[in-house]
Amino acid sequence: MSNETVQDYVVAHGRAKSFYERFERKDELQHQTHFCPGCGHGTVHKMLARVIDELGIQDRTILVGPVGCGVFTYYYFDVGNISAAHGRAPAVATAVKRSRPGSIVIGYQGDGDLSAIGSAEILHAANRGEHVSLIFINNAVYSMTGGQAAPTTLLGQKTTTTPFGRSAANEGYPMHVCELLATLDAPVYIERVGLGDNRQAMQASRAIRRAIENQVNGLGFSLIEVLAPCPTIWKKTPVEAQRWVRDEMEKVYPLGVYCDRTKARMEAGLTQPAVAPTLDQLPGILGVAEADLPEGNAAALVADKPVDLQVRVAGFGGQGVLLLGEVLAEAGLDAGLDVSWLPSYGPEMRSGTSNCHVRLSRKPIDSPLVAAPNLLVAMNEPSLRKFDRAVRDGGWVIYDGDEFPADCVREGLHTFAAPFTRIADELGNKRAANMVMLGSLLEIASVLPEASVAAALHRMVKNPRWMELDERAIARGRELYRASLKEMVSA
Amino acid sequence: MAEGKKPDRGQLRIDEAECKGCGLCIEACPAKVIAMGEGLNHYGYRTAVYAGAGCTGCGICFMICPEPGAITVYRLVSAAGAATTTDSAKGATACASN
Ligand SMILES: Cc1ncc(C[n+]2csc(CCOP(=O)(O)OP(=O)(O)O)c2C)c(N)n1
Repeated sequence: MSNETVQDYVVAHGRAKSFYERFERKDELQHQTHFCPGCGHGTVHKMLARVIDELGIQDRTILVGPVGCGVFTYYYFDVGNISAAHGRAPAVATAVKRSRPGSIVIGYQGDGDLSAIGSAEILHAANRGEHVSLIFINNAVYSMTGGQAAPTTLLGQKTTTTPFGRSAANEGYPMHVCELLATLDAPVYIERVGLGDNRQAMQASRAIRRAIENQVNGLGFSLIEVLAPCPTIWKKTPVEAQRWVRDEMEKVYPLGVYCDRTKARMEAGLTQPAVAPTLDQLPGILGVAEADLPEGNAAALVADKPVDLQVRVAGFGGQGVLLLGEVLAEAGLDAGLDVSWLPSYGPEMRSGTSNCHVRLSRKPIDSPLVAAPNLLVAMNEPSLRKFDRAVRDGGWVIYDGDEFPADCVREGLHTFAAPFTRIADELGNKRAANMVMLGSLLEIASVLPEASVAAALHRMVKNPRWMELDERAIARGRELYRASLKEMVSA
Repeated sequence: MAEGKKPDRGQLRIDEAECKGCGLCIEACPAKVIAMGEGLNHYGYRTAVYAGAGCTGCGICFMICPEPGAITVYRLVSAAGAATTTDSAKGATACASN
């Protein structure tokens, strides 16, 4: 070849810039992939890399890779990369897109990944119309694990788990993902393409471009299913496998556009989901931003004694058992203690039994479980009888009742019984009984500064009417206990 | 290339070390100018080889090939055989190697 002639040629189709120059995974031949000869993944990788190049989005693309033969996307694509757990790419892509709406987020999944273990994720991501692009490689088997049947396996197709061929009676029918997703209202673009011959491959390349372009244009969910050869597992030569895509797979999985709302959505204007709030915005949204709260009271603990409160609060659902525990834990937190709060309740919203475990300690808390409380708050008799035996020697039981049942009295157990519900009723609402009991508890424990309790109430109780009542109720509970001490002295 | 003959519209370079010999490019090439070579590469694959002439630069072999850079397709930029573009020199040696 003479020099003048060769100088007239420029690269028209060459290695995409969105691929790393060297793939670190291998020790040698680092410009080569791990894919088998004739693998559809390799071909689709190239199409995708080329689109990323052409659209100039390499610096803002985040690829969410699958589990399966396509697992190594992060070794190949020089873009942002995240590996999702098997089937979870659409969920991960959702999170990435919502927290970085300026990114171009592309999910890449096999058919085992997407249509078996990940069937819920894809369905809901599509139904929410997430603004992501998904590439779905359908090779009709689980390839990476050695050729088990997938939901997409063809009837009659032999796999290691369908050794006699897939039968509809045993394993159901091939799953048509595009058709299924196209019944939803949200998706913008869904197309099935193939790699069965030149014509199909060219269309595949165009479709992939379209799915990514839609996202660049601010449109929602696009999915491209690619019927892709797997010569190794299919036990065919690469050329035979390619033909099998065209001659057999296409019959079961017709190629074409299953949903195209591109134009309508363009005309309707952009409908981006709200951007996810950042972490530091959350307290404000929840109304617990520091600025909204009374000052913290860290290190203001009453007395210097060791603190190890292990509290169980029990009653009926609706009595405010959980809230009592939460306010206590929150007050401990405000006072600079380590705390835990663990609710335990049945499925009933009301009238079932309900209890919670609360720990407050100066030391790190190993377990949030309180099996042997040193303080039990029993809001009714069944709860008392359920838990009183577990209370440690020297521990306390606060009981809502005129008097402590005689048969529950035992040596070394401190008890304080009062008709808390009736007292709350007199204060304005019997549902404040929990706060009256909390008042007594705080007085008995006498480790938390009042300011911390006030701060906790502000965090937990939003309604000003309840707030006012709860403050009175707590004060009343403190008084009740103090009065009982005086009685004891005078008696 | 013989003097006076019109140059090919395209040129092809196949990287023997990267090619896994799947043969899809041979199948895909409309001009039928790619064939399976006789020799084995480092990994023991028989690889595709370019016949050395007849490439139209269509790029279909590149698109179908599963490897990122096993195939590079070049296209003639100027119809005039004697035109001199400098930044395509990189491709020139590679083409010559096939
Ligand atoms: C949670 C979980 N379950 C199962 C597996 C095992 N596993 C690895 S790959 C795979 C199937 C992959 O099939 P597919 O998604 O079709 O991808 P392909 O390998 O065919 O490209 C399975 C079941 C896993 N890694 N994680």
